[in-house]
Amino acid sequence: MSRLHDMGGRFGDGPVKPEPQDAPVFAEDWHARALAITLTSGALGQWNIDTSRHARERLAPLDYTRFSYYEKWLAGLVTLLVEKGVLSRADLVAAEAGGGRQKEGTGAEVAAPHPLAARALQAQEVAAALARGGPADRPSTIMPNFAPGDAVRCRRPGGNRLVAGGHTRLPTYAVGAKGQILRLHGSHVLPDSAAHGLGEAPEPLYAVVFPAMELWSAPEHPRDEVVLDLWQSYLEPV
Amino acid sequence: MRVKALETVLTQKGLIDPAALDEIIDTYQNRIGPANGARVVARAWSDPEFKAALLADADPVLAGLGYYGRQGEHMVVVENTPEQHNMVVCTLCSCYPWPLLGIPPGWYKSDAYRSRAVREPRRVLAEFGVILPEGTSVRVWDSTAEVRYLVLPMRPKGSEGLSEDALAALVSRDSMIGTDIPEVPR
Repeated sequence: MSRLHDMGGRFGDGPVKPEPQDAPVFAEDWHARALAITLTSGALGQWNIDTSRHARERLAPLDYTRFSYYEKWLAGLVTLLVEKGVLSRADLVAAEAGGGRQKEGTGAEVAAPHPLAARALQAQEVAAALARGGPADRPSTIMPNFAPGDAVRCRRPGGNRLVAGGHTRLPTYAVGAKGQILRLHGSHVLPDSAAHGLGEAPEPLYAVVFPAMELWSAPEHPRDEVVLDLWQSYLEPV
Repeated sequence: MRVKALETVLTQKGLIDPAALDEIIDTYQNRIGPANGARVVARAWSDPEFKAALLADADPVLAGLGYYGRQGEHMVVVENTPEQHNMVVCTLCSCYPWPLLGIPPGWYKSDAYRSRAVREPRRVLAEFGVILPEGTSVRVWDSTAEVRYLVLPMRPKGSEGLSEDALAALVSRDSMIGTDIPEVPR
């Protein structure tokens, strides 16, 4: 079944409230810190982008609803830091009790260096790391089954086929829908596998175009369309 | 968990360099933002060969301008025409072309935009003050993979003869997401 992050097509969210285009990039200082800590923690190499998306998505539904955007990021990050053994729960409890104050003392109580400390992203490495990014395309032994113009259908039921309740990038609103291949993007890491430590499992990725009439009971316009990027294993021929 | 507490414990363990945090924040606050995308759009409006190359295979073209990197590793540029208007969303999270547009605005990450942009794009556009002609269809791009989309808006009437810099000044961030239409101020 779906999770709350899978909200495409949902009713009831009210109007979009655009803020001025010159509004600050970060509405609050802590938003900027949360983003930067998330990026630098990722540089420790203990998880990938799919793992981190899944960590946010599997917040309890009540928390996913009430947390703000960067609160979700922080909650996901704390989950990963503990699950991957980077920090212990005791570390977090002590940090909260300290309220963010630097530890005082003689230095005698400072523990041995953390085994991952050598990987910490240094300020002078930031520009290169951001410029390098993290491409998701990989060579694959799986050949493309489809070509632009081919009719396809999103497999039903949706959801992760490797791990029950696991991460997937097929939105529920497109499950079972019929569309047409628009373009082949090459072979990309399969999130359903990579999010769960099951390997990158690269396979062909396509842009698939769906008529709005195929997705919604009351589309706004007969010629409107939605395009999704979908992996080959999400699709079947029509 | 408070941000400051988390930053402190990670710093004490040597896992993050606070100066690296400052560097990341400065990058996205002051150096990488929609001005990058606007320069690309203005160039495409001015140079047909550049535009053709950009639409055919954006990555090498953008990399040549230095606009490559995190959350912009696989770029596709989609062109608005009188027949078709393009609009970008990420219904599952907040995927967005960082090297060209920077960090997404709050509304792009909001539940209302994520849930509604795919189902009722025209009502959403109206909330941005954009009303499309009846003859224009809407194509909404839901960024479900690591491919990032940039909308190439139509060059506005009255912009003939303007320099690339003057054209870039007409290109709003939202017009490159598809929720605004560039215009020449009267």
